[in-house]
Amino acid sequence: MKPENVCLNSSSVVPLVESLAQTQICDCYQCGKCTAGCPMADGMDIPPTRLIRLLQLGHAKRALEAQAIWQCVSCQTCATRCPKSVDCAGVMDALRQLSAERGVTTRKQQRTVLFQKAFLRNIRRNGRLNELELIGEFKFSTFLHGRSLSFLFKDATLAPQLMKRKKFHLVGEKAHDRAVVARIFARCMDNSLL
Amino acid sequence: MNLAYYPGCALHGSSNDYEQSLRACLETLDVQLKEIDDWICCGATAAHSLNQKLSVALPARNLALAENKGFREMLAPCPMCSMQLLKARKALAEDEALRRSMSEIVELEVRGDTQVLNLIQLFERIGLDRLKAAVKAPLGSICAACYYGCLLTRPASVVEFDDSEQPRSMEKILEALGGKTVDWNYRTECCGAGMTMANEQTVLDLSHKILSDAAAHGANCLVVACPMCHVNLDMKQPDIERHYGVRHAMPIYYLSDVVGLALGFKPEALGVNRHFICSADLKVSTADADLKAGAVGKA
Repeated sequence: MKPENVCLNSSSVVPLVESLAQTQICDCYQCGKCTAGCPMADGMDIPPTRLIRLLQLGHAKRALEAQAIWQCVSCQTCATRCPKSVDCAGVMDALRQLSAERGVTTRKQQRTVLFQKAFLRNIRRNGRLNELELIGEFKFSTFLHGRSLSFLFKDATLAPQLMKRKKFHLVGEKAHDRAVVARIFARCMDNSLL
Repeated sequence: MNLAYYPGCALHGSSNDYEQSLRACLETLDVQLKEIDDWICCGATAAHSLNQKLSVALPARNLALAENKGFREMLAPCPMCSMQLLKARKALAEDEALRRSMSEIVELEVRGDTQVLNLIQLFERIGLDRLKAAVKAPLGSICAACYYGCLLTRPASVVEFDDSEQPRSMEKILEALGGKTVDWNYRTECCGAGMTMANEQTVLDLSHKILSDAAAHGANCLVVACPMCHVNLDMKQPDIERHYGVRHAMPIYYLSDVVGLALGFKPEALGVNRHFICSADLKVSTADADLKAGAVGKA
């Protein structure tokens, strides 16, 4: 059986979302305040209020496949304004995690997913973020996933400008005890997902 | 004052100008920062988007490092780091089982009782009166739009700082330093945050609205207390101008830049000359005409 068929069963997804986000989906009474304040709602295929409604109705697959969860900028406005204290931003995080773990992210969302994964690989390796490495790794992985050459080189002119301003170092900082960082990663997540 | 310092990756990377100015200010104000030994990245958006457990563990390790050195307070000038640290701290403080499991995961005992301060809170702790007394060059020509962005005040239940809809803490500092501030609409709207690379269009759109609204309300600069906000509003400003065919030419200062200028530092000593948008034509001087008519301190 394909993993989607096992894991997209809504009866398993909704409790998982609630436990990851530490929030009650059923508390939402659909006032729409989250969507009203969301800076990204305009361009979302499924705005926050409707995402929550989909989960309430058990349509977990549609929620996990929404473009919206990767368009969300985690600004926390929805969670802060919710009159029922539903942690909508936390729900977005949970949906992203489950969607990435189950490999149901669509091609359109790939760039953001690839960026987040490259970011975590970078920390796992260095303990601290090495910006130059991250950009290189992210650009290269988007290229491997079918992005254009122009995207690969798009920000190349930025490097000399940053160097001129002493804002960029060819060799980034690393934590001293990087082995402990790798062990923390291994205890928290399946490393093959990165 | 002695406190632990968690710089985070940005302040040791492309936002090292922020670290330069806050170190200059704090040294003058007699605050000793002790950088946490062998700190690691907080995980930022990538961790809380992809793995909830990791997004608690990474900040928990840093909290543990500070606690084990006996620190009770920590400065985290990046709001992303400070929000992540506070979120982990809250979760740890409320759940003994989590404290036990996290202590094992991060290989250090963690209690989650270290106070985490953002830069605004640290200036408040130092005291507006003390800041006022230390002013050598009042910010007479500054008419600032104080921009809080997202994570300084949100999520409110985690960061418990200022008012999440109408914050005023930065305005109070600016006004104490002799600067003027404007009332405007986008003070807590998002600039696009960490989407700079992955989803540039989002940053261009959101940041353009912020810059436009600040200018429409008469601001001659923006003041921020976040490295990501600074990147999106300063470094990306030429791209925003190109994309929208407008000219913003809006200098973006870190809060510690304007405090430093008021304390008498030259812009170069604060790293202001390393910003992308040149703020040279914004003269900061005591001789400025706007000190007249009691205009100082009012929008």
